[in-house]
Amino acid sequence: MSQTGAIGIIRAGVPARRGWLEGGSPVRQTLQRLSRNRLAVTGISLLLVILAAALLAGLLSPYDPLKMTVTDRLKGPSRVHWMGTDNFGRDIFSRVLHGARLSLEVGVAVMLLTTAAGIAFGMLSGYFRRLDNAIMRVMDAMMAFPAILLAIAIMAVLGPKTVNVVIALSIVYAPRTVRIVRASVLAIRGLDYIEAVRAQAAGHLRILFRHVLPNSLSPLVVQATFNFAYAVLAEASLSFVGAGAPPPTPSWGNILSEGRIYMQAAPWITLFPGLAIAGTVLGLNLAGDGLRDVLDPRMKT
Amino acid sequence: MTSYILRRLLGVIPVLALVAIAAFLLIHLVPGDPAMVMLGSDASPQQVQALRAQLGLDRSLPVQFIVWLRLVLRGNLGDSFFLGRPVTQALIERLPATMQLAVLSLILSLLIGVPAGLIAAVRQNTWWDQLVMATAIGGISVPSFWLGLAMILVFSVQLGWLPSGGYTPLWENLWQGLRSLTLPAVSLGAMQAALIARMTRSSMLEVLRQDYVRTARSKGLGHWLVVLKHALKNAMIPVITTIGTAFGVLLGGAVVVEIVFTFPGLGRLVVLAVQRRDYPLVQGALLLTSVIYVAVNLAVDLLYCVCDPRIKYE
Repeated sequence: MSQTGAIGIIRAGVPARRGWLEGGSPVRQTLQRLSRNRLAVTGISLLLVILAAALLAGLLSPYDPLKMTVTDRLKGPSRVHWMGTDNFGRDIFSRVLHGARLSLEVGVAVMLLTTAAGIAFGMLSGYFRRLDNAIMRVMDAMMAFPAILLAIAIMAVLGPKTVNVVIALSIVYAPRTVRIVRASVLAIRGLDYIEAVRAQAAGHLRILFRHVLPNSLSPLVVQATFNFAYAVLAEASLSFVGAGAPPPTPSWGNILSEGRIYMQAAPWITLFPGLAIAGTVLGLNLAGDGLRDVLDPRMKT
Repeated sequence: MTSYILRRLLGVIPVLALVAIAAFLLIHLVPGDPAMVMLGSDASPQQVQALRAQLGLDRSLPVQFIVWLRLVLRGNLGDSFFLGRPVTQALIERLPATMQLAVLSLILSLLIGVPAGLIAAVRQNTWWDQLVMATAIGGISVPSFWLGLAMILVFSVQLGWLPSGGYTPLWENLWQGLRSLTLPAVSLGAMQAALIARMTRSSMLEVLRQDYVRTARSKGLGHWLVVLKHALKNAMIPVITTIGTAFGVLLGGAVVVEIVFTFPGLGRLVVLAVQRRDYPLVQGALLLTSVIYVAVNLAVDLLYCVCDPRIKYE
């Protein structure tokens, strides 16, 4: 990490006019550094495998994830059923593959929504000082509720649907992103070059989106990765306590939840979806740590 | 310092007010008529009307809020529909179990996380460091409920060492109480232990590079004396500030772990309440936990400002 401090930050803020395949572009530099970070490469590879499994679930699944075959109930892992079957004789491997879809969909949606909310409210709060106090007190209040409990309460009110899981988790996890964007906007807005842009009579919107936002990107990208991870874990927790996506839609959380009663007789029902959740979250955490090391040398873990 | 403490105390008021508004508005987010949703589709119009009156839904929103807030401030959170008794009573009955679980988890995660992070920092880039950091990143990736299920399988079913569920209050039987709390507390605290280990390590690494540590070493002080007496104290500052947040996470996470261990705490009550659409109970639980969270954070901040004379009072 030769580039540190303000110089690195300001460079990244120059809009990438040149094609990003050219050697000097910030995006390409970041990708190059990322490819040399072993943790990040491991994490991203793990995620790509899981993403492929989710996208190709229809092709890869040997069975229909909802099809019940009573004669095959509670069978252990074998060549016929790689991860065994559950109490209805449904194939766990097929269910875990299809569950990946739901988990990743929820994760990506929550990541995008929290990022959008973070950008909007974080920039408003950090840039327009008059709004700051009001927005931040609301965020404090939202963060005063224990995350999972708030998500469960919102689910109770909105009803058990996948889209509501996304809404609930986005509400719960957005305040962290808002804080992070605000902090980096506060750090940037006082810098000389923003003054210079303002002196050129640039409008607020132009300053915010063209100059302030690009400079907030590093912490934002890192936080987005972690929000994805939180969302996957929280979705599974919600499904596990029966406040998530309704059955029979396979989700990692509700496969686990249904398999819990048969834990002694058929531990494989809970083992494999658990491994899938842990693998996904591990991949995201590794990628997030790697990104942080690459993008923000001062925050090295 | 007094003015800082005062300002910090006053700062709690708007947050609590917003928390109250959010908890109050929760019921009003119910699509359609909350009374109808709560009673189900086969309720008669008279029943719906009666419940609407009981909930005060027939009055304007600000009036409803003021009526509700006045009751809440007197400790009256309304009646639970399905338990048929005051929400406050039900919550207070369940609170001690959850608090014991959360506090024990916090203690465990500090007891595991701080030494682990310390060793990783002092032995940076050795296999000790790699072992601690690999375990830690694994720890923050495993869902608590899955860890709990796995531990039940190993320690309760296979080995028979610890109970797989149930709860004995610590003050009734300390030994039995600790036995019943061990597995839930470990599965709840594992993630926080991992986070604390990571934080202790990075903070320790930063402190160890500072001049005063080098001075202490060059005076000829022993290695561990410098590490434990000089460096650790300062390295703990960021860790201590996160204790409040960690406690909030544990309080919320307890909901899920309580389900795994059939532990009769707040969490299980809330999950039941959600399934039965018992909104006053959900609302009350949400309000209670967030007030506890705000109070714990306030206490940590105030303690911290008393302990660390360098803190800025702005």
